[in-house]
Amino acid sequence: MTRILAALAVAAALAAGTALAAGPRDTLLAGYVAEAGAPASAARGEAFFKATHSGGKPDTASCTACHTADPRSAGRTRAGKPIEPMAVSVSPDRFTDPAKVEKWFRRNCNSVLGRECTAAEKADVVAWLTGQ
Amino acid sequence: MHRPFRPGILGILAGAGVAAALAMAIMLPVDTASADSEARFRPVDDPIVKAECGACHMAFPAGMLPAASWQKVMAGLSDHFGEDASLDDATRREITDWLVANAARPGSRLARDMPADGTVLRITDTPWWVREHRGEVRPGAFEDPKVGSKANCAACHRDAARGNFDDD
Repeated sequence: MTRILAALAVAAALAAGTALAAGPRDTLLAGYVAEAGAPASAARGEAFFKATHSGGKPDTASCTACHTADPRSAGRTRAGKPIEPMAVSVSPDRFTDPAKVEKWFRRNCNSVLGRECTAAEKADVVAWLTGQ
Repeated sequence: MHRPFRPGILGILAGAGVAAALAMAIMLPVDTASADSEARFRPVDDPIVKAECGACHMAFPAGMLPAASWQKVMAGLSDHFGEDASLDDATRREITDWLVANAARPGSRLARDMPADGTVLRITDTPWWVREHRGEVRPGAFEDPKVGSKANCAACHRDAARGNFDDD
Protein backbone atom coordinates (compact mmCIF):
# COMPACT_ATOMS: atom_id res chain seq x y z
CA MET A 1 0.00 0.00 0.00
CA THR A 2 2.76 2.39 1.00
CA ARG A 3 4.55 1.47 -2.20
CA ILE A 4 1.48 2.23 -4.30
CA LEU A 5 1.04 5.57 -2.57
CA ALA A 6 4.69 6.40 -3.17
CA ALA A 7 4.32 5.49 -6.84
CA LEU A 8 1.23 7.70 -7.08
CA ALA A 9 3.12 10.55 -5.44
CA VAL A 10 5.95 10.17 -7.94
CA ALA A 11 3.46 10.10 -10.82
CA ALA A 12 1.75 13.23 -9.50
CA ALA A 13 5.09 14.99 -9.15
CA LEU A 14 6.01 14.01 -12.70
CA ALA A 15 2.68 15.27 -14.00
CA ALA A 16 3.18 18.55 -12.19
CA GLY A 17 6.68 18.76 -13.62
CA THR A 18 5.32 18.20 -17.12
CA ALA A 19 2.72 20.92 -16.61
CA LEU A 20 5.45 23.34 -15.54
CA ALA A 21 7.66 22.35 -18.44
CA ALA A 22 4.76 23.07 -20.82
CA GLY A 23 5.60 26.74 -20.45
CA PRO A 24 3.63 29.94 -20.97
CA ARG A 25 3.20 29.48 -24.74
CA ASP A 26 1.44 26.13 -24.35
CA THR A 27 -0.69 27.56 -21.57
CA LEU A 28 -1.64 30.52 -23.78
CA LEU A 29 -2.51 28.28 -26.74
CA ALA A 30 -4.47 25.90 -24.48
CA GLY A 31 -6.44 28.89 -23.20
CA TYR A 32 -7.38 30.02 -26.73
CA VAL A 33 -8.29 26.44 -27.73
CA ALA A 34 -10.47 26.04 -24.64
CA GLU A 35 -12.21 29.36 -25.35
CA ALA A 36 -12.71 28.41 -29.00
CA GLY A 37 -14.03 24.98 -28.06
CA ALA A 38 -12.21 23.40 -31.01
CA PRO A 39 -8.64 22.30 -31.74
CA ALA A 40 -6.25 24.75 -33.37
CA SER A 41 -5.25 24.35 -37.01
CA ALA A 42 -1.83 25.56 -38.13
CA ALA A 43 -2.90 25.36 -41.79
CA ARG A 44 -5.89 27.59 -41.08
CA GLY A 45 -3.60 29.95 -39.16
CA GLU A 46 -1.24 30.27 -42.12
CA ALA A 47 -4.10 30.96 -44.53
CA PHE A 48 -5.54 33.58 -42.17
CA PHE A 49 -2.16 35.27 -41.70
CA LYS A 50 -1.50 35.47 -45.44
CA ALA A 51 -5.02 36.37 -46.57
CA THR A 52 -6.07 39.83 -47.71
CA HIS A 53 -8.90 40.93 -45.44
CA SER A 54 -11.48 43.67 -45.72
CA GLY A 55 -13.00 45.80 -43.03
CA GLY A 56 -9.73 47.03 -41.59
CA LYS A 57 -7.66 50.11 -42.28
CA PRO A 58 -6.63 50.63 -45.91
CA ASP A 59 -2.87 50.47 -45.36
CA THR A 60 -3.00 47.17 -43.52
CA ALA A 61 -5.23 44.69 -45.32
CA SER A 62 -3.09 41.70 -44.34
CA CYS A 63 -0.82 40.62 -41.49
CA THR A 64 1.86 40.37 -44.17
CA ALA A 65 1.73 44.15 -44.79
CA CYS A 66 4.12 44.55 -41.86
CA HIS A 67 5.23 40.99 -40.99
CA THR A 68 5.93 39.84 -44.60
CA ALA A 69 4.71 36.45 -45.85
CA ASP A 70 7.78 34.70 -44.43
CA PRO A 71 7.43 34.40 -40.65
CA ARG A 72 11.13 33.62 -40.30
CA SER A 73 12.04 37.00 -41.76
CA ALA A 74 12.00 40.31 -39.92
CA GLY A 75 9.10 42.57 -40.79
CA ARG A 76 8.85 46.33 -40.75
CA THR A 77 6.33 48.74 -39.30
CA ARG A 78 4.78 51.36 -41.57
CA ALA A 79 6.99 53.87 -39.78
CA GLY A 80 10.09 51.97 -40.88
CA LYS A 81 11.07 50.18 -37.66
CA PRO A 82 12.10 46.51 -37.83
CA ILE A 83 9.80 43.85 -36.36
CA GLU A 84 11.43 40.71 -35.01
CA PRO A 85 10.37 37.56 -36.91
CA MET A 86 7.15 35.93 -35.67
CA ALA A 87 8.38 32.32 -36.11
CA VAL A 88 9.17 30.79 -32.74
CA SER A 89 12.19 28.94 -34.19
CA VAL A 90 13.80 32.34 -34.87
CA SER A 91 12.26 34.38 -32.02
CA PRO A 92 11.89 31.98 -29.07
CA ASP A 93 10.25 34.63 -26.86
CA ARG A 94 7.20 34.91 -29.11
CA PHE A 95 3.85 34.16 -27.41
CA THR A 96 5.36 33.79 -23.95
CA ASP A 97 3.94 37.06 -22.54
CA PRO A 98 0.11 36.82 -22.57
CA ALA A 99 -0.43 40.55 -21.99
CA LYS A 100 1.81 41.40 -24.94
CA VAL A 101 0.12 38.82 -27.17
CA GLU A 102 -3.34 40.13 -26.29
CA LYS A 103 -2.29 43.75 -26.80
CA TRP A 104 -0.96 43.10 -30.28
CA PHE A 105 -3.81 40.82 -31.36
CA ARG A 106 -6.23 43.56 -30.26
CA ARG A 107 -4.41 46.31 -32.10
CA ASN A 108 -3.46 44.40 -35.23
CA CYS A 109 -6.76 42.56 -35.71
CA ASN A 110 -8.47 45.96 -35.48
CA SER A 111 -6.05 47.40 -38.03
CA VAL A 112 -6.30 44.45 -40.46
CA LEU A 113 -9.87 43.20 -39.96
CA GLY A 114 -11.63 46.12 -38.32
CA ARG A 115 -12.59 43.88 -35.41
CA GLU A 116 -10.99 41.82 -32.69
CA CYS A 117 -9.87 38.30 -33.58
CA THR A 118 -11.78 35.32 -32.24
CA ALA A 119 -10.15 32.86 -29.85
CA ALA A 120 -10.17 30.30 -32.68
CA GLU A 121 -8.29 32.67 -35.01
CA LYS A 122 -5.73 33.43 -32.31
CA ALA A 123 -5.29 29.72 -31.58
CA ASP A 124 -4.74 28.94 -35.27
CA VAL A 125 -2.17 31.73 -35.80
CA VAL A 126 -0.27 30.89 -32.60
CA ALA A 127 -0.28 27.18 -33.54
CA TRP A 128 1.12 27.95 -37.02
CA LEU A 129 3.83 30.36 -35.86
CA THR A 130 4.85 28.05 -33.00
CA GLY A 131 5.67 25.39 -35.59
CA GLN A 132 7.58 27.80 -37.82
CA MET B 1 55.14 53.31 2.13
CA HIS B 2 52.95 54.32 -0.75
CA ARG B 3 52.09 57.57 0.92
CA PRO B 4 53.93 59.82 -1.53
CA PHE B 5 51.79 58.46 -4.34
CA ARG B 6 48.45 58.99 -2.65
CA PRO B 7 48.00 62.66 -3.35
CA GLY B 8 48.97 61.92 -6.95
CA ILE B 9 46.31 59.25 -7.27
CA LEU B 10 43.74 61.45 -5.59
CA GLY B 11 44.72 64.27 -7.87
CA ILE B 12 44.30 62.05 -10.88
CA LEU B 13 40.92 60.86 -9.58
CA ALA B 14 39.84 64.42 -8.94
CA GLY B 15 41.04 65.42 -12.37
CA ALA B 16 39.18 62.52 -13.91
CA GLY B 17 36.09 63.53 -11.98
CA VAL B 18 36.27 67.08 -13.28
CA ALA B 19 36.86 65.77 -16.80
CA ALA B 20 33.89 63.41 -16.50
CA ALA B 21 31.68 66.23 -15.21
CA LEU B 22 32.76 68.44 -18.09
CA ALA B 23 32.17 65.62 -20.57
CA MET B 24 28.71 65.06 -19.12
CA ALA B 25 27.94 68.76 -19.32
CA ILE B 26 28.95 68.76 -22.97
CA MET B 27 27.00 65.59 -23.68
CA LEU B 28 23.86 66.80 -21.94
CA PRO B 29 21.18 67.21 -24.58
CA VAL B 30 20.19 70.78 -25.19
CA ASP B 31 16.68 71.54 -24.05
CA THR B 32 14.65 72.67 -27.04
CA ALA B 33 12.76 75.27 -25.02
CA SER B 34 15.87 77.01 -23.74
CA ALA B 35 17.90 76.51 -26.91
CA ASP B 36 14.96 76.94 -29.30
CA SER B 37 17.19 75.30 -31.91
CA GLU B 38 14.67 72.99 -33.64
CA ALA B 39 17.51 70.54 -34.23
CA ARG B 40 18.32 69.36 -30.72
CA PHE B 41 15.73 67.87 -28.41
CA ARG B 42 15.69 66.12 -25.08
CA PRO B 43 15.30 62.44 -25.97
CA VAL B 44 12.52 60.42 -24.33
CA ASP B 45 13.93 59.11 -21.07
CA ASP B 46 10.74 57.81 -19.46
CA PRO B 47 10.85 53.99 -19.69
CA ILE B 48 7.11 53.56 -20.36
CA VAL B 49 6.93 56.30 -22.98
CA LYS B 50 10.06 54.92 -24.59
CA ALA B 51 8.76 51.35 -24.67
CA GLU B 52 5.20 52.07 -25.80
CA CYS B 53 5.80 54.92 -28.27
CA GLY B 54 8.99 53.26 -29.45
CA ALA B 55 7.34 49.95 -30.31
CA CYS B 56 6.40 50.94 -33.88
CA HIS B 57 8.47 54.07 -34.47
CA MET B 58 11.18 56.04 -32.79
CA ALA B 59 9.93 57.51 -29.51
CA PHE B 60 9.81 61.09 -30.81
CA PRO B 61 10.97 63.77 -28.39
CA ALA B 62 8.03 65.40 -26.63
CA GLY B 63 9.43 68.82 -27.51
CA MET B 64 8.59 68.26 -31.17
CA LEU B 65 4.90 69.04 -30.60
CA PRO B 66 3.02 71.44 -28.35
CA ALA B 67 0.88 70.07 -25.53
CA ALA B 68 -2.41 70.51 -27.41
CA SER B 69 -1.17 68.28 -30.24
CA TRP B 70 0.00 65.55 -27.86
CA GLN B 71 -3.36 65.60 -26.12
CA LYS B 72 -5.14 65.07 -29.43
CA VAL B 73 -2.74 62.37 -30.56
CA MET B 74 -3.18 60.49 -27.31
CA ALA B 75 -6.97 60.84 -27.43
CA GLY B 76 -7.12 59.10 -30.80
CA LEU B 77 -4.88 56.06 -30.44
CA SER B 78 -7.41 53.62 -31.85
CA ASP B 79 -6.82 55.27 -35.24
CA HIS B 80 -3.23 56.42 -34.92
CA PHE B 81 -2.37 57.60 -38.44
CA GLY B 82 -4.11 54.56 -39.89
CA GLU B 83 -3.36 51.98 -37.24
CA ASP B 84 -4.81 50.84 -33.95
CA ALA B 85 -2.26 51.82 -31.31
CA SER B 86 -4.67 51.68 -28.38
CA LEU B 87 -3.42 51.31 -24.81
CA ASP B 88 -5.03 50.52 -21.50
CA ASP B 89 -6.34 53.68 -19.80
CA ALA B 90 -3.73 53.84 -17.04
CA THR B 91 -0.80 53.63 -19.47
CA ARG B 92 -2.42 56.10 -21.85
CA ARG B 93 -2.91 58.64 -19.06
CA GLU B 94 0.64 58.21 -17.81
CA ILE B 95 2.12 58.72 -21.27
CA THR B 96 -0.15 61.69 -22.01
CA ASP B 97 0.89 63.40 -18.77
CA TRP B 98 4.56 62.91 -19.57
CA LEU B 99 4.26 64.16 -23.15
CA VAL B 100 2.26 67.21 -22.08
CA ALA B 101 4.73 68.03 -19.29
CA ASN B 102 7.64 67.84 -21.73
CA ALA B 103 5.96 69.32 -24.81
CA ALA B 104 7.32 72.28 -26.78
CA ARG B 105 7.03 75.33 -24.53
CA PRO B 106 4.29 77.80 -25.51
CA GLY B 107 6.82 80.59 -26.14
CA SER B 108 9.20 78.57 -28.28
CA ARG B 109 9.49 79.30 -31.98
CA LEU B 110 8.35 75.78 -32.73
CA ALA B 111 5.12 76.31 -30.80
CA ARG B 112 4.59 79.86 -32.05
CA ASP B 113 4.75 78.65 -35.66
CA MET B 114 1.91 76.19 -35.16
CA PRO B 115 -1.43 77.14 -36.70
CA ALA B 116 -3.67 78.90 -34.20
CA ASP B 117 -6.19 76.05 -34.10
CA GLY B 118 -3.42 73.72 -32.93
CA THR B 119 -4.70 70.75 -34.88
CA VAL B 120 -1.43 69.57 -36.41
CA LEU B 121 -0.95 66.03 -35.16
CA ARG B 122 1.81 64.74 -37.38
CA ILE B 123 5.27 66.00 -36.50
CA THR B 124 6.08 65.90 -40.23
CA ASP B 125 3.16 68.29 -40.92
CA THR B 126 4.32 70.97 -38.49
CA PRO B 127 5.64 74.22 -40.00
CA TRP B 128 9.09 73.80 -38.39
CA TRP B 129 9.50 70.23 -39.70
CA VAL B 130 8.48 71.23 -43.20
CA ARG B 131 10.80 74.24 -43.09
CA GLU B 132 13.74 72.21 -41.77
CA HIS B 133 13.42 69.59 -44.53
CA ARG B 134 12.55 71.85 -47.45
CA GLY B 135 15.22 71.69 -50.10
CA GLU B 136 17.46 69.54 -47.90
CA VAL B 137 16.09 66.13 -48.75
CA ARG B 138 16.54 64.75 -52.23
CA PRO B 139 13.25 63.91 -53.98
CA GLY B 140 12.19 60.31 -53.42
CA ALA B 141 14.33 59.86 -50.31
CA PHE B 142 11.35 59.19 -48.06
CA GLU B 143 10.04 56.57 -50.48
CA ASP B 144 13.42 54.82 -50.61
CA PRO B 145 12.88 51.26 -49.29
CA LYS B 146 15.77 51.77 -46.89
CA VAL B 147 13.96 54.74 -45.36
CA GLY B 148 10.35 53.67 -45.78
CA SER B 149 8.72 56.61 -44.01
CA LYS B 150 9.18 60.19 -42.90
CA ALA B 151 8.84 58.81 -39.37
CA ASN B 152 12.13 56.96 -39.73
CA CYS B 153 14.28 59.89 -38.51
CA ALA B 154 17.31 57.71 -37.80
CA ALA B 155 17.58 56.73 -41.46
CA CYS B 156 19.29 60.09 -42.02
CA HIS B 157 19.77 61.57 -38.52
CA ARG B 158 22.18 59.04 -37.08
CA ASP B 159 22.13 60.61 -33.63
CA ALA B 160 18.34 60.91 -33.50
CA ALA B 161 18.05 58.58 -30.51
CA ARG B 162 20.14 61.06 -28.51
CA GLY B 163 18.01 63.97 -29.61
CA ASN B 164 20.51 65.37 -32.06
CA PHE B 165 18.97 66.16 -35.45
CA ASP B 166 21.58 68.73 -36.34
CA ASP B 167 23.57 66.58 -38.76
CA ASP B 168 22.23 67.58 -42.13
